[in-house]
Amino acid sequence: MAEDEDGGRGGAGCGDGAGDGDGGADAPPPFSDRVLENVLENVLQFLSSPRDRNAASLVCRSWYRAEAQTRRELFIGNCYAVSPRRATERFRRIRAVVLKGKPRFADFNLVPNNWGAHFHPWVSAMAAAYPWLEKLCLKRISVADSDLFLLAHSFPNFKELSLICCEGFGTAGLAAIAEKCRHLRVLDLIEDYVEDEEDETMDWISRFPETTTSLESLGFDCVGSAVNFEALEALVARSPALWRLRVNHHVSVEQLRRLMARAPQLTHLGTGSFGSAAAAAPLLQGGGSSVVDLAWTFAASKSLVCLSGFRDVEPHYLPAIYPVCDNLTSLNFSFAEIAAEELKPVIRRCHNLQNFLVLDTVGDEGLQAVAATCKDLRELKVFPLDAREDSEGSVSDVGLIAISEGCRKLRSILYFCQQMTNSAVITMSQNCQDLMVFRLCIMGLHRPDHRTGEPMDEGFGAIVRNCKKLRRLAVSGLLTDKAFAYIGEYGKLVRTLSVAFAGNSDLGLRYVLEGCNKLQKLEIRDSPFGDSALLSGLHHYYNMRFVWMSSCKLSSRGCKEVAQMLPRLVVEVIRDRDEDHDNEAVSKLYMYRSLAGSRNDAPSFVEIL
Amino acid sequence: MEGGATNVSDPDNLKATELRLGLPGTDAPEKPTPANPRGSKRALLEANEEFRGKSKSPEADSNGQEAAPIAKAQVVGWPPIRSYRKNSFQSRKVEAEAAGFLVKVSMDGAPYLRKIDLKVYKGYKELKEALENLFKCFSLGELSGMEGCNNRSEYAITYEDRDGDWMLVGDVPWEMFISSCKRLRIMTGSEARGMRSSP
Repeated sequence: MAEDEDGGRGGAGCGDGAGDGDGGADAPPPFSDRVLENVLENVLQFLSSPRDRNAASLVCRSWYRAEAQTRRELFIGNCYAVSPRRATERFRRIRAVVLKGKPRFADFNLVPNNWGAHFHPWVSAMAAAYPWLEKLCLKRISVADSDLFLLAHSFPNFKELSLICCEGFGTAGLAAIAEKCRHLRVLDLIEDYVEDEEDETMDWISRFPETTTSLESLGFDCVGSAVNFEALEALVARSPALWRLRVNHHVSVEQLRRLMARAPQLTHLGTGSFGSAAAAAPLLQGGGSSVVDLAWTFAASKSLVCLSGFRDVEPHYLPAIYPVCDNLTSLNFSFAEIAAEELKPVIRRCHNLQNFLVLDTVGDEGLQAVAATCKDLRELKVFPLDAREDSEGSVSDVGLIAISEGCRKLRSILYFCQQMTNSAVITMSQNCQDLMVFRLCIMGLHRPDHRTGEPMDEGFGAIVRNCKKLRRLAVSGLLTDKAFAYIGEYGKLVRTLSVAFAGNSDLGLRYVLEGCNKLQKLEIRDSPFGDSALLSGLHHYYNMRFVWMSSCKLSSRGCKEVAQMLPRLVVEVIRDRDEDHDNEAVSKLYMYRSLAGSRNDAPSFVEIL
Repeated sequence: MEGGATNVSDPDNLKATELRLGLPGTDAPEKPTPANPRGSKRALLEANEEFRGKSKSPEADSNGQEAAPIAKAQVVGWPPIRSYRKNSFQSRKVEAEAAGFLVKVSMDGAPYLRKIDLKVYKGYKELKEALENLFKCFSLGELSGMEGCNNRSEYAITYEDRDGDWMLVGDVPWEMFISSCKRLRIMTGSEARGMRSSP
């Protein structure tokens, strides 16, 4: 699922302004109209995109009803934009739900625990309304074990569960899913916090049905506790449809070999530690797997196209993946602390790579090697090993330029560095015209161009000017209002904008709010934007999914005014423990359009204006 | 090496066996307790992270060495890296420090030390049997002779934990013990009597 893919204009796809906006509780239409509606329903079956469906639902009541009856997939970009009851009353025949909760800055500890986005009201409503539910994808939702129990017991046909950046559940919940969902095809746990109370870890892997399973994808690389390996091996052996398996770092390379031997048909593999168990307990093992043995195993897995894991990689094992490198389209080394010398022989063989994630330990030299070989690269993410403001930088403008010159088809880049130059960013903007996502994180706060000493305005300006397909932008470094003027003027397709420690005055935010008419998601921190800038966006906030502003220059007065002018906007002020509750200053603002009004589950540190 | 005496304010040394996350030697600052108990572990993790960010090298602190000069306090949530990712590397460091599980074992009066791998044993019983085997030749016979006590020799098995304190072996869960034990010392004589008699 593409991250932040926004399928609908509305939070729940409820057409804003579609007449009464209620569920279709009208008198039944006359016979002839019903015939037409039946025909219409048959036609609408073929419409899958939520955006198209939203448009269709706005034509007239008849279309609204027909569309509501035929929609199978419900996409809810903000769980507070609509109430579960309303959604389940309008759409009666849903088979698949995507539900997103907390704002993205929650990932960085900016949203206090227990803020909300609880799964419970949704799973309860769906349990009653959608007994035939098959697929569920949750992102940044707070999921309790009891919610997973309810899920497991309520949907006899349940097939696919993806939990992304969720928390609140443990192995008990997983055990319930494994045991009760007999038709489970997909269980993907992606970057979740899976925590158990002390000593309550359950052997959930053993709970899968003993017969042949229909499992196609099993991912638990984020689960902190070790799983019962014998049970896992047996599970893989009786899951002939399995094509994706991602194990956690407790799985050693010896164990991985055994799993791979059971599932040579795998296309996507999360390799776990990629280190030998022998390292930890030399007395127990005879000595670890040899590279040659491991390489044979990889050679037998001819279908592999995606590799990840490598959590405790012992570099001498890396050559084992040579046999599959040429087939790889996706490689995630972002947990592997390897240097350029260790990367080069691997990457040199990866001619077909499209997605590459890596740690900055490979340095500019490593990136140059990537640029030399991976001509088809679409997505690159370079993460910092030492994520601090003042750490030693390992990658720089040199690496960025090299990538831009070698990987012309690049569409998406996330690049962490300590400092950057305008010239490198400009070069990238010229070389990579297909860029849709440009996220540059200069970790040093307010860092100017380290060669010229100037702000980074021109670099980002060039990006929005030259990359005409740009939809997502994250800026950093020393930036004046000028950068925002550029963004407002040229960033006409930008939907998501992330700003940190940037800008001089209210003008900066005004430029963006007045210029970027496709903007949907705006997250700002530590920038000097105040009430007057906030008020300049009144014309646009109903078109957006959310706005987040923290540590800016907002006050209660300005936020209250927004709340008054826009009654369908929920304006939340979040106050951390340190703050004085009488203070006029607003340090954290989160606002979003909603059909549901103020939520009734707000904790005490949230004030809804 | 004399073990650290127990604290006056914390006679049972409860703090050392307190179950919490984070490197020993760092104190988690108070966070608002969330209503949801599940969140508490993560809150501690995040609190430790913030605290960790505030000093340059907490690992140096717990070894009792000179801490490097404190770097300026890190800004919360910057750079924007998910805690999940940050913790993956930090927990690896913690595990690596404890890994190998090879610890030195000294015995009072023995001329040389031994080294054992704690991972090999499943629990305290096996460990005690192994130690008795290792030091059979030296101690127990002689000691009981000297002290004039019964055939059960007076000794206490103690260990040095990550804080540098000397603890009696057997109080904490096994897994916790092996991950925090840095070395073992078999105490004999009056010191041992003192340790064994405490509850």
